[in-house]
Amino acid sequence: MATNSSSKSKVIYTLLAWTISAAIFFPILWTLLTSFKTEAEAISANPSLFMFDWTLENYRDVLERSPYFDHFWNSVVISVGSSLIGLLIAIPAAWSMAFVQSKRTKHLLMWMLSTKMLPPVGVLIPIYLLFRDFDLLDTKLGLVIVMTLINLPIMVWMLYTYFREIPNEILEASRMDGASISAEIFHVLLPIALPGIASTLLLNVILAWNEAFWTLILTAANAAPLTAFIASYSSPEGLFYAKLSAASAMAIAPILILGWFSQKQLVRGLTFGAVK
Amino acid sequence: MGSITLKQVTKNFDEVNVIKPLDLEIRDGEFIVFVGPSGCGKSTLLRMIAGLEDTTSGNIDIDGQDATSTPPAKRGLAMVFQSYALYPHMSVRNNIAFPLKRAKVPAAEIEQKIASAAKILNLGDYLDRKPGQLSGGQRQRVAIGRAIVRQPSAFLFDEPLSNLDASLRVNMRLEISELHKSLKTTMIYVTHDQVEAMTMADRIAVFNAGIIEQVGTPLELYQHPVNRFVAGFIGSPKMNFIELKQTKEDGATCLGVRPEHFQITTDAGIWSGKVGVVEHLGSETFLHVQVDGIGTLTVKANGDCPLSYGDDISLSADQSKILRFNDQGITLPSKGNQ
Repeated sequence: MATNSSSKSKVIYTLLAWTISAAIFFPILWTLLTSFKTEAEAISANPSLFMFDWTLENYRDVLERSPYFDHFWNSVVISVGSSLIGLLIAIPAAWSMAFVQSKRTKHLLMWMLSTKMLPPVGVLIPIYLLFRDFDLLDTKLGLVIVMTLINLPIMVWMLYTYFREIPNEILEASRMDGASISAEIFHVLLPIALPGIASTLLLNVILAWNEAFWTLILTAANAAPLTAFIASYSSPEGLFYAKLSAASAMAIAPILILGWFSQKQLVRGLTFGAVK
Repeated sequence: MGSITLKQVTKNFDEVNVIKPLDLEIRDGEFIVFVGPSGCGKSTLLRMIAGLEDTTSGNIDIDGQDATSTPPAKRGLAMVFQSYALYPHMSVRNNIAFPLKRAKVPAAEIEQKIASAAKILNLGDYLDRKPGQLSGGQRQRVAIGRAIVRQPSAFLFDEPLSNLDASLRVNMRLEISELHKSLKTTMIYVTHDQVEAMTMADRIAVFNAGIIEQVGTPLELYQHPVNRFVAGFIGSPKMNFIELKQTKEDGATCLGVRPEHFQITTDAGIWSGKVGVVEHLGSETFLHVQVDGIGTLTVKANGDCPLSYGDDISLSADQSKILRFNDQGITLPSKGNQ
């Protein structure tokens, strides 16, 4: 009886998981399918899921009309650049919070996290004015700085969680063995925490790649990443769903591929420390 | 050289005083064991000697030099941790080489020292393995190897055998003792296991609640404990304490008799009772005897002791072996010394 009921609940949970996954994935699938339709089919009142005239016309149009690879390069520089600089700051910060704790470390961590709860629009005007005064508007450097700052609390938190899992005795042993603080971090801590650091890097590349609020406000043409490239298809020329979908598909494809190949690493990283 | 002197050393964690002002002289080349119950401060003191914990007040001298504020790596000490603390991403060879590389020792010399340590510790076949591929005993040997190659002035062991199973613990105990005999380097060894302390130490320091109750050779502590705490902590099974109904004229309020000092008599002894649980260990037998008005006494008998549960028994003890404690728990001079 116990086996019957457990296998029954397994079937129910599996179905439920597939249904939820399908619901989450459906908009992406729909966007992908629409990108292969003509504009007329894309706005049809009775849209077909697969039975339509497949075309690559939208992709050709988008590539002809927009400098896709410029936007792509901007996205790569902004997301990878901000994640790498973020790591350089977050690693020593997380090290000190994990291994040289004070009474206020927990408060500091909570304060850092609380900055993520503030709506970005709350700091829009000061940041915009600062960017204007320092000539950072529509520059990749400006966006790298903003992305680094907005994702830094998450990076510190994630690395702090990984570092806490590393026994302090290993670092103490390295100190006894004559390692300086930098040797302790580079030769002992980082190699042990490499899976966690890779997860942090991946997640932050994805977050920075997908960030649209700041990229739309602080860029125009020169530094616009793929999120701004998608947005450029949404308003001025009316609604061109098929081209918009093609642009979206081309914008999300690189990060989707990266996410797909690194999903094991990401899941491991995000659940690290949850179960000992 | 490897003499360490602690002068009025104390340690506070915030408001909590975990080490009370403490003096100790550790001689060059001796094997001293810090023993005591959990939370007594023995590991904290070892970490203070290592430099991993700051000293709140007092001085730590190593080879006559004040090392109180010297960083761990500069103290010339090597430490073996309870959890081995090996670098999991490095091979055994690189684990052992790590302190030498940090000291910028030439590569050829590193290789020679690794080979020598591997030979001493039987690690030759495992040099290219990662710690995760080794057993607990092998890991502990690697940790010791990493300590040996530095040729420290003293080794610090923080409960190094706690994670090993019983039989391996006995083997490693012997290996560490042999290592001490061959290296003749000062060793400070922390354990809560009094058997380890008794079998390995030249001298034992018994800790209790942040103070050292007594320092002495294993036999001194066994035969002449200064107080009831040391008497109860040293010896296995532990000493029997018999509370007296009336204070004796010398101030004794309690008698201490070790299980091995009881004699089982057929005629009327000093104490009479009934045999409870009998533990046969082959070479010896432990009888748990219920004595009216006293409680349970543990008695060590021969391996072939025929007594069993419920048997009546009479016990006596050699007066010279009975310890007497006053109401402060301090050992009174034995009758033989009076």
